[in-house]
Amino acid sequence: MTMLLTAKKMIELTVDGQAVRVFEGSTILDACRQLGIETPTLCYGDTLTPVNVCRVCVVELEGARTLVPSCSRIAEAGMVVHTDSERVRTSRRLVLELLGSSVDLSTAPEALAYIEEYDAKPDRFGPDAARVEHEVKIDNDLYVRDYSKCILCYRCVEACGVDHQNTFAIAVAGRGFDAHISTELDVTLPESACVYCGNCITVCPTGALMSKREYDMRQDGTWDESAQEVVTTVCAFCGVGCNLELHVQEGEIVNGTSPDDHDVTLGNLCVKGRFGYRFVETH
Amino acid sequence: MADLKLLDAPPSDAERAAIDAVLGAPVEANGHRTSRADRTSRHLLLPALRAAQRRVGWVSEGALGYASRRLSVPPAEAYGVATFYALLALEERPADVTHACTDLSCALKGATVGPGEHPSPCLGLCERAPAKYRTVAGEAPFEEQIPAESLPLPQREGLRLLRRIADGVDPTSLDAYVAAGGFEALARARELGPDAVISEVTESRLLGRGGAAFPTGTKWRAVRDQAEQTRYVVCNADESEPGTFKDRVLMESDPFALVEALTIAGFATGAQKGYVYIRAEYPLAHLRVQHAIDETAAYRDGFELELRIGAGAYVCGEETALFQSIEGKRGEPRNKPPFPVEVGLFGLPTAVNNVETLFNVLEVLRIGGAEYAETGTEGSAGTRLFCLSGCVERPGLYELPFGATLRELLELAGAGTIKAVLLGGAAGAFVGPDQLDLRLTHEDTRAAGVTLGSGVVIVYDDEAELVPALLRIAEFFRDESCGQCVPCRVGTVRQEEALKRLAAGRPHEGELHTLGEVAQVMRDASICGLGQTAANAVESAIANLKVFS
Repeated sequence: MTMLLTAKKMIELTVDGQAVRVFEGSTILDACRQLGIETPTLCYGDTLTPVNVCRVCVVELEGARTLVPSCSRIAEAGMVVHTDSERVRTSRRLVLELLGSSVDLSTAPEALAYIEEYDAKPDRFGPDAARVEHEVKIDNDLYVRDYSKCILCYRCVEACGVDHQNTFAIAVAGRGFDAHISTELDVTLPESACVYCGNCITVCPTGALMSKREYDMRQDGTWDESAQEVVTTVCAFCGVGCNLELHVQEGEIVNGTSPDDHDVTLGNLCVKGRFGYRFVETH
Repeated sequence: MADLKLLDAPPSDAERAAIDAVLGAPVEANGHRTSRADRTSRHLLLPALRAAQRRVGWVSEGALGYASRRLSVPPAEAYGVATFYALLALEERPADVTHACTDLSCALKGATVGPGEHPSPCLGLCERAPAKYRTVAGEAPFEEQIPAESLPLPQREGLRLLRRIADGVDPTSLDAYVAAGGFEALARARELGPDAVISEVTESRLLGRGGAAFPTGTKWRAVRDQAEQTRYVVCNADESEPGTFKDRVLMESDPFALVEALTIAGFATGAQKGYVYIRAEYPLAHLRVQHAIDETAAYRDGFELELRIGAGAYVCGEETALFQSIEGKRGEPRNKPPFPVEVGLFGLPTAVNNVETLFNVLEVLRIGGAEYAETGTEGSAGTRLFCLSGCVERPGLYELPFGATLRELLELAGAGTIKAVLLGGAAGAFVGPDQLDLRLTHEDTRAAGVTLGSGVVIVYDDEAELVPALLRIAEFFRDESCGQCVPCRVGTVRQEEALKRLAAGRPHEGELHTLGEVAQVMRDASICGLGQTAANAVESAIANLKVFS
């Protein structure tokens, strides 16, 4: 994307005792990243509108009654922010414990790393703690939905909606602990508006959405990311020119993605780009 | 809007007619494509679904699909909205449904859930507990509050906001309202001009009565000062805090006053339109307020007013969730800032005021801001409505100047030996019998670590049990959490689980510590006031009343 150089005002704030200057309109998270301060995020996606629902990125803002979500709080001149106070660490740890105690995070590498980093103990709520439980939904040949792994980050809804695909096949339904991602009346994907672009899979941070190929290989115990090589190419289906990353394991293409920072795709593909690699296998 | 894949099932003729009655007859210019007007009318989604349910008793696939199609709302989103609201049924059920309140005040009066009845959170009829709410769908649908008869006000002396109600001014007669001094405040406002009205309100030191106690003058000034000229005023009448019924009494018994006060708010802030959002469970208030709106066009001078009705969601009393609900979305609170005065309803500057707050504005204009501020205390000007229920002889609505003590209030209502008092509702806090000399002001309650909230005072005498009340409060927040943010969605569940174990005498090791940490993360990291206050009452019972120790 070509950035027009316009005169944008800079503002200065203080994060963990360090002064930092950011463009007006930047978030506290932007300021943290500029300073190299590691800030955990789960619902935040670089290509998506922040929904600030996971609350794992909260920071302490002097003068504010509660902690604030760094991903969406716009930085203001003179703000004094603390990211490593006891209060912040406690909240982040508790959020991770609440998530870990209610959702299957076994295929959520980021969340698992944060749990270790914050020394979170999800099992402190005991074996009877209520969990989010759903049957795995396998209703088509391209992807699998396992909502017992869903942390309700809204990223798939945003990717399916106005942020990327404008298909609106899924939304959040229900309320409270029963809230979940659903098609209308929970119809199957083939009955829904889904166009199988798979952009929801790309943004899912927990593996609740997964390609059928990955799901099957994981079931068979043959999925091995460490043995996968990523080959970058350009999708040949049409003239748009989407960058395509083909993930190859033992000479076989097992996944198709596009880089988030690619000017054209922002990580998105269409059904042909995402799943068309299977044609290669037919030769 | 993208091409939508729509639900296949057609609506029945009755459902189609009910939805068309809300949306107007469809313009079928080009096959079944929707008209431009419909495509910008998503805010009518909830009224359309409500109309369908009132006609046939539930929201069928056909009705959901037809409303989606008419409004160009993706069916998945319409389903998300329909499943958000507790009173909308997505499965077929009888046309005649009764909801039985099992909440705090009704529980103290022996609430029961009969066969086929649905348990319900507080219905706002606490002074005549135990209460029920019945909905009957059909060609002539109706809703009723049970018991239907309102009680006379228990207090006769020193009333200001409740004056007309005490005098028995007919709430269905505009003439009677005018004869009782109605619309004099509006005339005064027009004489003063918008800026001077806001100055009077600021000088009166009026604080919002919905629970957050924000200065009304400051709020109005902020909206008035916006560069954006399209603005709204919204009356938050989604009174759902367990134990609260003051706004219902005001709307049922003095609806013209609400319309007058909203018109003043519109005049002062420069808004062209106002909305009144009333919870679904207040059918009489719907009728009375709609009637008052219909009768008063001549007084409003072009200021438009529209009634909107909720569908069973406590969280919609949170101001930004209320906007989402009016806009036809799930009632999920927005992150603040930006605040409503800047980015409110439909993304435009909005002044949101509670019903009782607006009634006070009439008083401010009647006697002037300076004189208004003479009543009450330094930090809390004016009078306050208190909703008394539970173990008292004379439950009902009381009006006292700020500064009266809890003991004085309880003596008026006739309380016996007191074990505890819940101030401010489920989001409030318990105080013990040693705290009855607490002055009922914002500053004194804050210093004591409690809150006046929405004016709830539920009394527990020495026979009443507190642990079931705590469990009910925990259940309430678990049910009413919108589910958007992790601390509240999961925290309210963990809080309830821990309380159940404590109540059963089988706590985990370190249970109180864990409960305290869950409370802290809910208070510190939740998006809105629901999660931020969900542990207040429980924590206060543990700290002030030594429950579980």
